Amino acid sequence: MTLNELWFALIAVLWIGYFALEGFDFGVGMLLPPVGRTPRGRRVLINTIGPVWDGNEVWLITAAGAMFAAFPLWYATLFSGAYLPLLVILLCLIVRGVAFEYRGKGSTSQWRRNWDIAITVCSLLPSILWGIIFGSIIRGVPLDAEHEFTGSLGDYFAPFSLLTGLLTFLLFAFHGAVFLRLKTTGEVRARALRVALPTGMLGAVAYLAMVIWMQTFRDGIGGMQLGATSLVVGLVGVVAMAAGVVLAKAGRDGWAFTATAASVVAWATSIFTALYPMVMPSSSDPAGTLTLVNAASGHYTLKVMSWVALFLVPFVLAYQAWTYWVFRKRISTKQIPPTPGEAQDHHPDDDPIDPTDPSGPNRSERSTSGAGAASSGGS
Amino acid sequence: MDTLGIARWQFGITTVYHYLFVPITIGLALFVAIMETTWLRTRNPDHLRVTKFFSKLFLVNFAIGVVTGIVQEFQFGMNWSSYSRFVGDVFGAPLAMEALLAFFIESTFLGLWIFGWDKLPPKIHAACMWMVAFGTMASAYFILAANSFMQHPVGIELNPDTGRPMLNDIGAVLFQKLQLITFSHVMTTAWMTTAVLIVSVSAWFMLKKRETKVFRPLVKGGLWALLVASLLTFVTGDLQGKVMTEVQPMKMAAAEALYHDADGASFSLISIGTLDSSEEVWAIRVPKVLSFMATGNPNGHVEGINNVQQRYEQLYGPGDYKPNIPVTYWMFRFMMGAGFALLAFSIVGLWLMRRGRTPKKKVVWHLAIIAFTAALIGNSTGWIFTEMGRQPWTVVGMFETKDSVSPSVSPGTALISLISLTLVYAVLAVIEVGLMLKTIRKGLPDEEEALRSLGKRNPLSDSASGGSRDGDGPDDPDSAGGAGGTKKDADDVLAFAY
Repeated sequence: MTLNELWFALIAVLWIGYFALEGFDFGVGMLLPPVGRTPRGRRVLINTIGPVWDGNEVWLITAAGAMFAAFPLWYATLFSGAYLPLLVILLCLIVRGVAFEYRGKGSTSQWRRNWDIAITVCSLLPSILWGIIFGSIIRGVPLDAEHEFTGSLGDYFAPFSLLTGLLTFLLFAFHGAVFLRLKTTGEVRARALRVALPTGMLGAVAYLAMVIWMQTFRDGIGGMQLGATSLVVGLVGVVAMAAGVVLAKAGRDGWAFTATAASVVAWATSIFTALYPMVMPSSSDPAGTLTLVNAASGHYTLKVMSWVALFLVPFVLAYQAWTYWVFRKRISTKQIPPTPGEAQDHHPDDDPIDPTDPSGPNRSERSTSGAGAASSGGS
Repeated sequence: MDTLGIARWQFGITTVYHYLFVPITIGLALFVAIMETTWLRTRNPDHLRVTKFFSKLFLVNFAIGVVTGIVQEFQFGMNWSSYSRFVGDVFGAPLAMEALLAFFIESTFLGLWIFGWDKLPPKIHAACMWMVAFGTMASAYFILAANSFMQHPVGIELNPDTGRPMLNDIGAVLFQKLQLITFSHVMTTAWMTTAVLIVSVSAWFMLKKRETKVFRPLVKGGLWALLVASLLTFVTGDLQGKVMTEVQPMKMAAAEALYHDADGASFSLISIGTLDSSEEVWAIRVPKVLSFMATGNPNGHVEGINNVQQRYEQLYGPGDYKPNIPVTYWMFRFMMGAGFALLAFSIVGLWLMRRGRTPKKKVVWHLAIIAFTAALIGNSTGWIFTEMGRQPWTVVGMFETKDSVSPSVSPGTALISLISLTLVYAVLAVIEVGLMLKTIRKGLPDEEEALRSLGKRNPLSDSASGGSRDGDGPDDPDSAGGAGGTKKDADDVLAFAY
């Protein structure tokens, strides 16, 4: 394996990791209305991803940074070529990132509702747009001999790209719903199943359509170096997605989530294997096609970055895995502490607050004892 | 306006905006880590309350710092694709390292810290904030290494086929003298910014006579930190001036608008006229200071703009190698003025509060509250000076800004980006300031609230729940597979939730 191939694989892994991780937090974000439904329900959803979404997003930052370092021409062509879709993604990531932190800091229910809408929209749009962008990459966009994008915005909205956009939307919604099955209890968990089944089934159909359609590009399997691998991995992904539906219905949450994660991983893997050894095929001038040779940095840079990655990636994986372990418990509406101002804007169709809810008395009891101990400790 | 002009405005606006938040997060992460550690040592609930209070301000800032940072990374590719192609071999490496080392640490450990009060042992919890503080500093280090390369390209050879620089010595890029000094300067100014933020916020409470027992020591401690950080900034800034004279003589000459070579050159504090000294109407000049700043010798020789221009024409061919002189001249003065104002503020403040004194006059506290703006002005103008002073280059001596912009991006597209980002940033600024003020007005959490947020990890609680519940930490077997977990855990209210 050459260093160029190693870095192609590493960047593929970063994107795959990004979609597998942020995929479910995008899913959770866009499911706020149908699964969250009530203020408390929505907070359950947000808190399932609260501790991890930012770490998931860094996979994107790292994927982009690694492309810049290892394949600067790929980075330059992709980012300047997919300008407007990326701009919308950027704006969404800005608003979404702030929304998580700020929504609980206001004092009115309107404030929180606005941020919830922002989270929904800004999870939905990037989910679709990433599919559209990667669908366009695999399909090929017009590049001139200088590897400059010569097309227009319309090139990103070809039928195949729209299909992949629809697919990533369904895939992430399904992935998110199954994640919520795994991470919540009670009515939220029940509502998640109602979303998981249709998104999973429709998603599997769209997925299969994409895998078949992909075979028509560049003479299909025969025209791609890893065409057969791409096809097999893609079909495995379709099966994994279908299995996810069955497992979710059977209440095997852990296995269902494994299946949806596998289907996301397979989806991204089938795209990168279909690309190899190209990184951005040109649909116009063949000389414009970027490959993992002509888009790459020099040998020295790749070598330095390989050592850096070799040292750092295991630590990153270890502490991120640890985070998921620390926050592995399920969350229910009863565990959500009240926010200021929540009481007076209690909505009629809000979750009924159980009068015997043990959290109320429990909490005040604990805090009283805490304050008592504090004052005695202070004196 | 063409794409180049629009892209430059976008870079300027988004970078200055991003950097309003960066120094605060660098310094506050460290401050919160120190306060939490102090709380663990002393078990004084006031220290926990201060930790909690400033961590809220930290998180409000951090959120914007993070999301505006993504724009920085993306716009190199979106607006500056020719630049990215040209320098990717060198410039991408520190960016990727920043993401791998710093961003993952910051985001992951901050998530653990925010939600982990009752889930992690207290020392591990505090260690998470130390990791975040390390992450913020590591992030600054790598991005400044990339920036220092643009100011002074090192560690490269030219590829004869493409004419592009190829990295051949990563050590030179990461550890060149300019980078070490720039990083030190940025760190000390971040500490200054945070110290004055703490003083300004605490001064508001002193003015309102709220919790003065807690905030008086914070004012005094903040002033001491500001004094030390200001002196260190003075030293690092002085060193940076000298290395800048060495590697970017044009920038130093532009900082003074010095057109002709001079020995024992004076430094003008302020001047009215055309700045090319042909029609100076009025100026206050301090003799020999410029020579000393540039060379360390009061009678040293400083190159003028015209001479450097001539030299560059011989080196790089015909062209205009001068930055925008009025901008560099005035930004340099605003930056230094802000720094010295804060140094003076710390000295006067410490004098007024000596030996237990507390100023009674309201005007003193009002001044202390607005002192924070000096830090924002100093930080912004410092960066505008250093980036505008590098013009017309993106990579000094190698690649010009006009050649860096994306050829495939139309002015209309670039304008959509500039307008939408500026609008979103403006709205976020209003929300951010509103939340900061709201958080400050709310004040310190009371003792009960602060301790309650520790949940079962409350060390001052001697109730039975304290000890026994520690057990269901990371080795609790339920919830991993089962549908509901046990009843007891399912009903346990989260110590913190969004």
